[in-house]
Amino acid sequence: MKLRRIVDELGLEVRCAPRNLDQEVNGAYISDLLSDVIANAHQGDVWITLQLHENTVAVAAMKGLAGIIIINGRVPEEKTTERAAQENIPIMLSNLSAFGLAGELHRLGIGGKR
Amino acid sequence: MNANHGDPGVVQLLGQELRIRDAMNRRVVTISSRTPMSELRPTLRAHRIAGIPVMDDGKLVGVISVEDMVNWITDGAVACPVAERMTRSPRALYADETLVHAINEFRKFGFFHFPVLDRDSGEVVGVVTREDVIQCLLKRLEIDYHEEGIRHYRASHIFEDIVADKSALLFHYYIIGQDFEKAGSSSSGLKKTLQRLGIHPDIVRRVAIATYEAEMNTVIYARTGELIAKVDTNQIRVEIEDFGPGIPDIAAALKPGFSTAPDWVRNLGFGAGMGLGNIQNCADEMNITSTVGKGIHLEITIAINKERVKYETKKDR
Repeated sequence: MKLRRIVDELGLEVRCAPRNLDQEVNGAYISDLLSDVIANAHQGDVWITLQLHENTVAVAAMKGLAGIIIINGRVPEEKTTERAAQENIPIMLSNLSAFGLAGELHRLGIGGKR
Repeated sequence: MNANHGDPGVVQLLGQELRIRDAMNRRVVTISSRTPMSELRPTLRAHRIAGIPVMDDGKLVGVISVEDMVNWITDGAVACPVAERMTRSPRALYADETLVHAINEFRKFGFFHFPVLDRDSGEVVGVVTREDVIQCLLKRLEIDYHEEGIRHYRASHIFEDIVADKSALLFHYYIIGQDFEKAGSSSSGLKKTLQRLGIHPDIVRRVAIATYEAEMNTVIYARTGELIAKVDTNQIRVEIEDFGPGIPDIAAALKPGFSTAPDWVRNLGFGAGMGLGNIQNCADEMNITSTVGKGIHLEITIAINKERVKYETKKDR
């Protein structure tokens, strides 16, 4: 499924890299621990997190993630969006909780099984 | 480009990068809507094309295709102008749109060709077919493939041109403790350098992950540190030395989940007690020693040998 469809269906606010929404999303990973994401997220996943600082972008770039969705209506630091724009990694905002987002993604057909 | 060419993601990426103008045919044959249908066939045949944009007074008013002509013949070939059989208000693409967009439009509408318009002038500047898109992608893949080949060639020659019994490249990076803004810059610098040397992307990724985790440990716990990477034809050996409190019990620190990170560090998402484990998973060899009160010495070795690139595939797939 295209990232753009997820953005549209879940009403996400795209904060940066709006031109990079046509990539294929394979799955999703929820974690606020960077090392956990490094160890367990897959290339092409969207990453759902509450972290706002710029090191998230480094992790997303390293793992080749499709984008970062920040939950609970939280707003990332400016440096984070700047760096994500440089790396062409979309950062998207949602008012939902991680659990709520996971449910919505399941409804769209993005399951947890690999 | 360093990605694996068997990966469909590469085509996706290229499709984002390349524009319709890169793929389209610029020799546009057009026809007026007043042209009799009987004259369509010679035009289509002369140019060996399946469809023609219909233009009146410089404006695109429709598209007429072989299929329209066949239908017209089936219906008795009653004399009439193109205007009566063409597809009106045709779908067109803009020259500055991505190839991915073109592919999606082809899929969505089942068409085989689209007129291409210039976004500013609205003029027809080309025609693009499915075949054009495929050819453009294939050509570009081939160019990238060659470029990648050249890069590997160059990288391997760095060593071959040097006259020595043994040679290695040394890269040195400084790490500053508690500086979370610069954190990660050493590992990403090393990653870029290895990419430029033409090291296999899977190996670069493993080095990047291992050094990122090590760099983060230094940033979190130590005052300063150094990262030294030694690259030769067989392996990449990274040494990270930091000046900080050290680790009293290394065996305990290696246990998953073990962490002594303060809360403020954990709140940033670090200190999950997985860092050393991640390093271990990426490295072919890892050796860590520490003197309490002085610091840590960490050695990581990753072989540059494609047969041994199994980390991501083993764990992830």
